[in-house]
Amino acid sequence: MEEIFERVKSIIVDRLGVEEGEVTMDASIKDDLGADSLDIMDLVLELETEFKMEISDEQAEKISTVGDVVNFIKSNQ
Amino acid sequence: MRSVGIIGTGAFLPEKVLTNKDLEKMVNTSDEWIVSRTGIRERRIASDDQACSDLATEAGRRALESAGITADQLDLIIVATVTPDTMFPATACLVQERLQAEKAATFDLSAACSGFIYGIATASQFIATGIYRYVLVIGAECLSKIINWQDRNTCVLFGDGAGAAVLGPVETGGFLSFELGGDGSGGHLLQLPAGGSRLPASQETVEQGLHKLTMAGREVFKFAVRVMQRSAENALEKAGLSKEDIDFLVPHQANIRIIDSSLERLGLSRDKAVINLNRYGNMSSASIPVALDEAVRAGKITAGDTLVLVGFGAGLTWGSAVLKWSGVNGKQ
Repeated sequence: MEEIFERVKSIIVDRLGVEEGEVTMDASIKDDLGADSLDIMDLVLELETEFKMEISDEQAEKISTVGDVVNFIKSNQ
Repeated sequence: MRSVGIIGTGAFLPEKVLTNKDLEKMVNTSDEWIVSRTGIRERRIASDDQACSDLATEAGRRALESAGITADQLDLIIVATVTPDTMFPATACLVQERLQAEKAATFDLSAACSGFIYGIATASQFIATGIYRYVLVIGAECLSKIINWQDRNTCVLFGDGAGAAVLGPVETGGFLSFELGGDGSGGHLLQLPAGGSRLPASQETVEQGLHKLTMAGREVFKFAVRVMQRSAENALEKAGLSKEDIDFLVPHQANIRIIDSSLERLGLSRDKAVINLNRYGNMSSASIPVALDEAVRAGKITAGDTLVLVGFGAGLTWGSAVLKWSGVNGKQ
């Protein structure tokens, strides 16, 4: 869990240009980290490559916080 | 097999400019939203009496001048388009008649935004084998005629225009590799549903808006970023080159965010890319040849430069070409 979070955090910091400290489990990717819809697509692409998985549009829409991403990856790996 | 290159380029854009501010009056959108999501500031729109062949003919004429050859020397005209004047005859036939290229064979090519790359790859084979000497390849679109102007997700993205290139044998430089691909499983992601033999035009298809372009933007975005990187890398590998050898990347101009994301994945800086979508939007098959023509005329691309052209679009289709620029023969 911790390991997944660290990998997700590093991708978010890289793609969204935010500070590491801002990326907490409760942080909303749109509201707190300032991602727009295309940033989220970009993030999904990176996550798919990093974790070797497919994230459908429907699934991507349900993701709101960093914690949602971590839990999604954990339950789909 | 002889070396083949581009020996002349031309472009033609309709006069009418449609800005983001203009679009604000038509649909619920804003200049700020469009610029930040797409990089597009304005696009050209064909007039009511302008069709694909009108734009294509003028771009073709300019490419012939740039190549320093006359229309009667053309062996083949290929028009890549998804917005032909009519389902048939081919738009290439209409262009042939207008240019008076009486000797030229004619056909249209349907590969959407990858159409120009498919066109030059096809043309190049005829010249390399010695069957033909000069081929005119035109990417021309009047996308404004198939856009749903009530759909704010798509109507802000597209524009009209035409770009052309004359291909012929070259002494130095020329094409080093091509890479073409397709994936029909994504055909539904970007399409014009009706008007063909599946859903012929009827009162119902018109009422349901099925003669207008539809796009699953997010899926296409993901596809585009991935394929642009993969296709460019494959073409470079076939040419025996690496990304350090690239002087300029001429990408399909769909969205600045797709271009930026792909550049980053390819490890290239923004100044390596030829970009004009801020002024023209996505002109499908015309985007790459118009960008190429402008960069050549501006003196940005000069003889000896190594270029990678990369396109992707409906089909799904994609294609890349690596070439060493040989310079143009005639006047610009």
